[in-house]
Amino acid sequence: MSAHLPILQVVVPLLAAPFCLFLKRGRVAWGLAVLASWAALAIALALLDQVMREGVLSYAIGDWAPPIGIEYRVDVVNAWVLVIVSGIGAIVSPYAMASIEREVEAGRIPLFYAAYLLCLSGLLGITITGDMFNVFVFLEISSLSAYALIALGQARRALTSAFRYLIMGSVGATFIVIGIGLLYVMTGTLNMADLAQLLPEVWDSRTVKVAYGFLTVGFCLKLALFPLHLWLPNAYTYAPSAVTAFMASTATKVAVYMLLRFFLTIFGAPFSFDVMALDRVLLPLALVAIASMSLVAIFQVNVKRLLAYSSVAQIGYMILGLSFATVTGLTATLLHLFNHALMKGALFMAMGCVMYRIGSVHINAMAGLGRRMPWTMAAFVVGGLSLVGVPLTVGFVSKWYLILGALERGWWPVAILVLLTSLLALVYIWRVVEAAYFRDFPGDEQTREAPWTLLGPTWALVALNLYFGIDAGRTVQIARQAAETLMAGISP
Amino acid sequence: MREEVIVRVGAKVLAPFIITFGLYVHFHGDYSPGGGFQAGVILAAAIALLALVYGLDAVQKVVTPRFVRACAALGVIIFAGVGVVTMVLGHNYLGYNALAHDPRHGQHYGILGVELGVLVTVFGVMVTVFYLFAGRRGRTQ
Repeated sequence: MSAHLPILQVVVPLLAAPFCLFLKRGRVAWGLAVLASWAALAIALALLDQVMREGVLSYAIGDWAPPIGIEYRVDVVNAWVLVIVSGIGAIVSPYAMASIEREVEAGRIPLFYAAYLLCLSGLLGITITGDMFNVFVFLEISSLSAYALIALGQARRALTSAFRYLIMGSVGATFIVIGIGLLYVMTGTLNMADLAQLLPEVWDSRTVKVAYGFLTVGFCLKLALFPLHLWLPNAYTYAPSAVTAFMASTATKVAVYMLLRFFLTIFGAPFSFDVMALDRVLLPLALVAIASMSLVAIFQVNVKRLLAYSSVAQIGYMILGLSFATVTGLTATLLHLFNHALMKGALFMAMGCVMYRIGSVHINAMAGLGRRMPWTMAAFVVGGLSLVGVPLTVGFVSKWYLILGALERGWWPVAILVLLTSLLALVYIWRVVEAAYFRDFPGDEQTREAPWTLLGPTWALVALNLYFGIDAGRTVQIARQAAETLMAGISP
Repeated sequence: MREEVIVRVGAKVLAPFIITFGLYVHFHGDYSPGGGFQAGVILAAAIALLALVYGLDAVQKVVTPRFVRACAALGVIIFAGVGVVTMVLGHNYLGYNALAHDPRHGQHYGILGVELGVLVTVFGVMVTVFYLFAGRRGRTQ
């Protein structure tokens, strides 16, 4: 059975999704979704363990040998991303029950879980496949279901923000498929490992360079890099809370993974950095993203929107790590993929608890909430500290490696900028803390702490924030190994 | 159009042929152009034709919205299920050779099974989309 783990990773949630449509009761569909999510996590952990011990795994779908058929190829890099995505799914899905019952009308709840499972299997599929066109197919599965999930939000603006995301996302996906098509024209293969072998011969052709351009824009749209991030704030703000927590911790991470996989594994680090100057293109964008989006976040009054802008800034940190073009920089990127999923997941889930009780995440509505909902706000504070990068939290580990990477390149100003922007994060987190703890509670005396079905998963993520902040040895080791794999290119 | 005898009779006569042609496109799909997607669209076209001529309500009594939505889900289960069956029989996912002693027959059955899943889902989704648009009532009415 263990030989089939790579395909089961995708098939389990994919097969669970249509069954949700047959279930009339929301709770039953929820149970199935939780079961599938935890099964996916178990498979991902087993895969990571197997890869760490035995090296690259390859699975030939339909028994067709790799360059011809579709190959699922697991190395340390995507095993790591699989664990991130399925882990967030496993924690958010139990949380979704109470949160979704409050925010989505009853008749649509089974549909919600079907869309959620499709989104999960799409994201896992993008990550695990070794076939370029398969990436596009799964990208569409995950994106289409994501649009539906966002449109389920309560506010009518959820529809327009989902539509906007649909337009931008489709443009991104189209650019990606154009890039894939051009590469296929030049090499006649869709298999990633095979492409990595064949591409160096045609490096000089204009077609390959144009493909590279299309792919860059497509990926940057999908991962919401600074000038292409406009779809993200509204989508995150108006989506149901559980959806925001899930998407913020997974969708953009998988897009970053796609970028790394295409540009470092398929094209190879020498082509990306020496010929195409990817690092010099991304560095200014990343820096502007970090600085400007942190500043914009400070002036937001809707806390979900505040966190959304902060997400765009955090994506800047991930891209910054890549633009160092060193193993340490990439280690920081891969660490931050994991760490940012933990902290943003915890923060958005805390906001979901607030939404559940007071029906708003406006900063003024949260006045005095620190006494009414102590556990929720404490979770927010710890998540916020992690976002700032305080020692003993995962945020510190990411920032540490990021600054290490900057110093390794001798880029002092960049290191200082990372430190300064961390202070900006402190400012916007502090605005929420100030409202929650230092203002009087004007609202209803009946307001109580959120139920444990919401607090449990939230605090599970908070605990992981602290655990991996204190004992970062294992995560750093995996991230470094993954970074070395990426920089070395594919082994024949 | 409900009063036009020629249109009503024409639609009634054509519908079974359209459906048969759709099934032909599916089951002959591995020897000639066609396959599950095209077949699903053709079947949905037959439903759309009947709905245009006889009215949405009449057609929805026979082909209920719940049924077509179930079709959309069922197709995915058929497709993924074929893969699971081959896996249980000891081959890789979607390794059709597992389905018969002769690999050529195995490939044949496997493709037909998978495409049947495509047909059912495409039919379900196409008709659902058609129902959603056709069922919209304008604000002025």
